[in-house]
Amino acid sequence: MANVQLTVNGKAVSADVEDRTLLVQLLRDHLGLTGTHVGCDTSQCGACIVHIDGRAVKSCTTLVGQVDGANITTIEGISKGDELHPMQAAFRDNHGLQCGYCTPGMIMSAIDIVNRYGADLDEDTVRHELEGNICRCTGYHNIVKSVLDAASRMKLSIAAE
Amino acid sequence: MGVEGIGASVVRKEDRRFITGRGRYVDDIKVMGMTHAYFVRSPHAHAKITSIDVEAAKAMPGVVDVLTGQQIVDDKVGNLICGWAVHSKDGSAMKMGAWPAMAPETVRFVGQAVAVVIAETRNLARDAAEAVEVHYEELPSAHHIAMAIAPGAPQLHPEAPGNIVYDWSIGEEKAVDEAFAKAANVVTFELVNNRLVPNAMEPRAALAEYNEAEEHFTLHTTSQNPHVARLVLSAFYNIAPEHKLRVVAPDVGGGFGSKIFIYPEEMVALWASKKVRRPVKWTGDRNEAFLTDAHGRDHISKAEMAFDADNKILGLRVKTHANFGAYMSLFSSSVPTYLYATLLSGQYNIPAIYAEVIGVYTNTTPVDAYRGAGRPEACYLLERLMETAARQLKVDPAELRRKNFITSFPHQTPVIMAYDIGDFGASLDAALKAIDYAGFPARREKAKSEGKLRGLGFSCYIEACGIAPSKAVGSLGAGVGLWESAEVRVNPVGTIEVLTGSHSHGQGHETTFAQLVAGRLGIPISQVSIVHGDTDKVQFGMGTYGSRSAAVGMSAIFKAMEKVEKKAKKIAAHQLEASEDDIVIENGEFKVTGTDKSIALPMVALAAYTAHNLPDGMEPGLKEGAFYDPTNFTFPAGSYICEIEVDKGTGKSTIIKFVAVDDFGRLINPMIVDGQVHGGLAQGIGQAILEQAIYDDTGQLVTASFMDYAMPRADDVPSFEISHTTTLCPGNPLGVKGCGEAGAIGASAAVINAITDAIGNNKLDMPATPDRVWHAMQAPLQQAAE
Ligand code: FES
Ligand code: FES
Repeated sequence: MANVQLTVNGKAVSADVEDRTLLVQLLRDHLGLTGTHVGCDTSQCGACIVHIDGRAVKSCTTLVGQVDGANITTIEGISKGDELHPMQAAFRDNHGLQCGYCTPGMIMSAIDIVNRYGADLDEDTVRHELEGNICRCTGYHNIVKSVLDAASRMKLSIAAE
Repeated sequence: MGVEGIGASVVRKEDRRFITGRGRYVDDIKVMGMTHAYFVRSPHAHAKITSIDVEAAKAMPGVVDVLTGQQIVDDKVGNLICGWAVHSKDGSAMKMGAWPAMAPETVRFVGQAVAVVIAETRNLARDAAEAVEVHYEELPSAHHIAMAIAPGAPQLHPEAPGNIVYDWSIGEEKAVDEAFAKAANVVTFELVNNRLVPNAMEPRAALAEYNEAEEHFTLHTTSQNPHVARLVLSAFYNIAPEHKLRVVAPDVGGGFGSKIFIYPEEMVALWASKKVRRPVKWTGDRNEAFLTDAHGRDHISKAEMAFDADNKILGLRVKTHANFGAYMSLFSSSVPTYLYATLLSGQYNIPAIYAEVIGVYTNTTPVDAYRGAGRPEACYLLERLMETAARQLKVDPAELRRKNFITSFPHQTPVIMAYDIGDFGASLDAALKAIDYAGFPARREKAKSEGKLRGLGFSCYIEACGIAPSKAVGSLGAGVGLWESAEVRVNPVGTIEVLTGSHSHGQGHETTFAQLVAGRLGIPISQVSIVHGDTDKVQFGMGTYGSRSAAVGMSAIFKAMEKVEKKAKKIAAHQLEASEDDIVIENGEFKVTGTDKSIALPMVALAAYTAHNLPDGMEPGLKEGAFYDPTNFTFPAGSYICEIEVDKGTGKSTIIKFVAVDDFGRLINPMIVDGQVHGGLAQGIGQAILEQAIYDDTGQLVTASFMDYAMPRADDVPSFEISHTTTLCPGNPLGVKGCGEAGAIGASAAVINAITDAIGNNKLDMPATPDRVWHAMQAPLQQAAE
């Protein structure tokens, strides 16, 4: 057992967990944050992606012990109250989701992509960058559209601030 | 219609919970005292269990119990069933081996459950599963069709000699023989339809609770049809009578057919929850999904087509071997027969068709319906045959198709189906225009000058959806009717709840079904909520598969709405002292035509429930139900064209453009329809160039993870160019046909036809991996050099 202290969606969390506990298990089983999903067992699908200190990481392959002291953001932590994050709004407006299972991971991954590329984002880059996120429903067409749409929305909102 | 009614691309009502991480999937649910199940599975393709020792596992920390196959048999839990009786051509019944939920004696595929550990946490259950000692005596196994039907092949089930489940046929053999006898040209072709793993992104899961005081079970499960699950679990598996079993399918993360079936894991969870007197949750991991979710496709076929001197089709002869895996899954028997061979006429006028289908047991995971189910196999066979014919007869592939299109409706094919309506020429024309067919030779030349090979491939598909007229499927052996139910409840304040037997696992019913209701009444869709997926709330219904929810599910809602509106009009007329015939419904109000008198829906609803002033003899309340049984299948059809470029050095294919023109009849929400097509196309393209379940010589599934099984990823597929032509379906009140499977049915033939066109070698099977394409490319080069 180990004690870890971290920040999850802005709240301080202290947990005593078995050494083998994965971050996704901490989030889902201990903290009840079930928006982060598990879609595979080989770190391939991206359904589990969260932000660790602002970077997209697969929480199914991260031991809780590795993130002691880190700042974690999950899908539940990106909207401001009722106001959706521009990426969330773009997924809804462009029909970027069907069953919704891959969606939290897609959104967390996509925010990181836009953060890294900013205005330089084009379709090829989005497709290449989403390589680690599998969706079985949408054929990616509307996911790509959503990410490109959000990129321009996020640029606007940064400009406005 | 209004801005949110039928035909409007409104954004989905259900999305907010998914994009904010508030979806509620089975594994998200926790209940007090919950235990976790982990299965011990066979590592062998075929073996006798000589002993199971559970004592060490039982002594492990946190273990509640360890249960075995023999115990489930001793407790008289029924064997898994196959719900569609298909007969061989000699009239004999299909030959089924027994499939207990956990194997007591013999295992027949890698991954088959033999025991289950119930423990306090999933990790502890998994640890203890390692300590269950199972001894096996390995038996020879057969993992491919050819191995299973070879003389002297290992026998899977004593009930099925030669591993043959059935030898079935459809159509008239004599008529086909005559057609071939007078043919000017005959085109023959052999092909494999590769085995696929559905891979819905949410793994299957079950949470079973037993309430001792009420002798009542609750099962939360990843199901496309919770009522059918309850029926089967109670009527055949003796888990509990229907009224003592509630089945809930909450948010479900994709299905594609794989979540239609009742699997051993949910049976075991229910049974175990009573045995250990605590709730039992099982959540599959991806490896288990690969090993135990019913696989799709897996056919080997020979096909021959006869043409007259004018290139008109005279006849079609097909012989298909279909792999069923080690056991007959719930609807498996119908897939390569009534869902496949009945579509072999495609969009063409074919006077005579004869098809034989031989169902074969192998030591592999059971095979059942996967998106399209039988219809993709029919389309792939026919459209590769047509392309081959065009090349052999040296005619334009588009023109050969057009020449043979069915142009008058209704059209009775020689294989049961009666097409009600369509305009195949219109979608082909639209597709040719969208791809700029006339400009293709120039594009091909340009690519050549850049060292690339360019090809164009067609696929003109038809499918039978809106499954299905109950009487018709009953006469073909189905164990259930395939109608749908709906109940419309207008609340006293005028908001509306629609209870539907359809189930949404990504299709967006909460939006589209609300659009139908809101549009008819002229109210916002926010006033309408759709209730589905819970047998305690919703009347019996048949669920969602076979692109049936719009054509069948919404038609039931339509019928219930008509009844609601009729009663509401009576109430409004009474309140307004007008004649019922003069009442029209507009913008949420009941108006007397030609006057300014009106009463709003909430006031009508309130009047219905206060019942202070209703017409004489009228019952209070405003709630109506309906069952809708379709009169025919619906027939979505379309033309797909794929333009592809192959790299000469590596054999890698890149899709330059993919054009899809579909006729789905009336579109309820075009945005959602396009999304369904995108997803289907990606699955069809995945089958064509990436995906394949591969068993090695010992019957191990070597592609049992996302590292080994190539799922389509964002950079494997292009953006799609989609458009529609429209003939309204005459068979249902909405004129809809269904759109869920089209992409998966039509896409793969277009892709392979394009690749073979590019490389100039027609001998190519799916998936057309760079390696396969590169080797296929060398053959014509060699021929040219010789
Ligand atoms: S669950 Fe983490 S990558 Fe699949
Ligand atoms: S929306 Fe279902 S897996 Fe992506």
